[in-house]
Amino acid sequence: MSFAPSKEGREGARAARPLFGSGGGRLGARLRRIRPWAGLLPFLVFVSAFMLFPASSILVGSFQDKGGAFTTANFAHLFKPNIIASYIVTIRISAVTAALGGVLGFLIAYGITIGGLPKSLRSFMSTFSGVASNFAGVPLAFAFIATLGRVGLVTVLLRTIFGFELYGSGFNLYSFWGLSLTYIYFQIPLMVLIVTPALEGMKKEWREATESLGASSLQYWVHVGVPVLLPSILAALILLFGNAFGAYATAYALTGGLINIVPILIGAQIRGDVLHDPNLGYALALGMVIVMAASIVVYSWLQRISSRWVK
Amino acid sequence: MKKRSGLSWLGLCLGLVYFFLPLLATFLFSLHGKKGVLSFAAYERVFADPQFLKTFGFSLEMAVFTVLAGLALIVPTAIWIQLKVPKAKPLIEVLALMPFVIPPIILAFGLIRSYSKPPFALVSSPALLVAGYVIIAFPYIYRSVDAGLRAMDLRGLSEAAQSLGAGWPSLLFRVVLPNLRTALLSAVFLTFAIVIGELTLAVLLAWPAFGPYMALVGRDLAYEPAALAILSFAMTWGSIGLIQAISRGSPGQRSSLGGTH
Repeated sequence: MSFAPSKEGREGARAARPLFGSGGGRLGARLRRIRPWAGLLPFLVFVSAFMLFPASSILVGSFQDKGGAFTTANFAHLFKPNIIASYIVTIRISAVTAALGGVLGFLIAYGITIGGLPKSLRSFMSTFSGVASNFAGVPLAFAFIATLGRVGLVTVLLRTIFGFELYGSGFNLYSFWGLSLTYIYFQIPLMVLIVTPALEGMKKEWREATESLGASSLQYWVHVGVPVLLPSILAALILLFGNAFGAYATAYALTGGLINIVPILIGAQIRGDVLHDPNLGYALALGMVIVMAASIVVYSWLQRISSRWVK
Repeated sequence: MKKRSGLSWLGLCLGLVYFFLPLLATFLFSLHGKKGVLSFAAYERVFADPQFLKTFGFSLEMAVFTVLAGLALIVPTAIWIQLKVPKAKPLIEVLALMPFVIPPIILAFGLIRSYSKPPFALVSSPALLVAGYVIIAFPYIYRSVDAGLRAMDLRGLSEAAQSLGAGWPSLLFRVVLPNLRTALLSAVFLTFAIVIGELTLAVLLAWPAFGPYMALVGRDLAYEPAALAILSFAMTWGSIGLIQAISRGSPGQRSSLGGTH
């Protein structure tokens, strides 16, 4: 993630070390080393109570049957064809929307920060992205029904102006591409909001320095721009992926719970719509956590490669 | 710079079409509340429903508590880590990724399982909903604050302030926070954006919030949902625009962001 000049960071760390290590006996030194960590206590207690503890209770629940006894039977259910299919569809939707939303979002963020668009657009776009990324869930589903539904504006316009039957061509708002197009609506502004701070950290001096040394625009991007930005972009894409993977409200409101994706399945188990087997729900949830954790591992691996580049 | 802005314009135009086309379609759709003529009949019916203001007020209240609790918890922590415990950085980076490993639907599941029986029967308290929202908003708040902290020379600034006799409170409120204004604002935007339209936690923890209310309307009616979508968009636009207008009036932001050293 480090896009700040790394040299400064290293000097800062070097300057800090004697402060921590000097003075007092060994006990005093240890106390001095531990004391700053106490400042993190309120935050860590909160996160443990409301994130880590509930999450681990899901882990425990996925190994229990209805009576609370130990079992691994819940995981056997995960390998049913319809559940595997739902995992595949969910991953595909998340990847497609992260990629398309990420590209467009990055272009916009680039444009309003260092891409030469008028300065006045920047605050407008950051405000707008805040609003547009809120335009997810139920209202977004309503908007896309009014746009690309069977009597939606675009559907009707395509028919009356171009004689093109959108729904005759295999498109359906309530299936893969329909859901993906809907998700991209909140992925774009989210990407803008996440990468704008990183792009703002790109110093004009870096570009001027490369240009005064005779580098081309391409060379600037290959040797400076991309290595500096890549960790932030990758982090942002992972956030977009996770954002789509866990999305429940939009899919539920759009398809009425009829599309076979993982969050919908989990919601059905919690609400007791189908079988009401909370322990299968825990196993489904754990499966989702595993997929998400795997994507984060890939992310850290990629990030380590790019941080080697920066140094 | 000029010859490179073509791609930027293209991206911006594509983005704006993507943003505005569904809004336009929804608006036109919402005007068909009365058969045969364009009218605001659907909007009138939405406003006539007392549940509308009640649920929106509830969600707004939850959003305010989430912003207050989230900023109070995360901003000092992020500053403290940057200044005093840089070693804790990997830890908080991992924690900031956790809400993506544990999305709202799973968080709701876990909160219900953990806090529905004594000694922690919190499930009927709005505090549990706010706590869940703070967890959901935490990565967004942390990331924007962290990016803001990186863009300024925090160590240099704090050494300068302290050598001039500033204590911790004036360092925090007169030096660090003013420099963080853009970052804090985007954190506030994101938190409001996340909380007000939120459906998953609210519906599974059974709170009468705006999200569940809209879902209910969408299930039963045709034109009112479009009107609600337009209204919710307009209202958040208004509140966020207001926050920005207020912040623009105060001195010493943005320009100080990049040029502190």
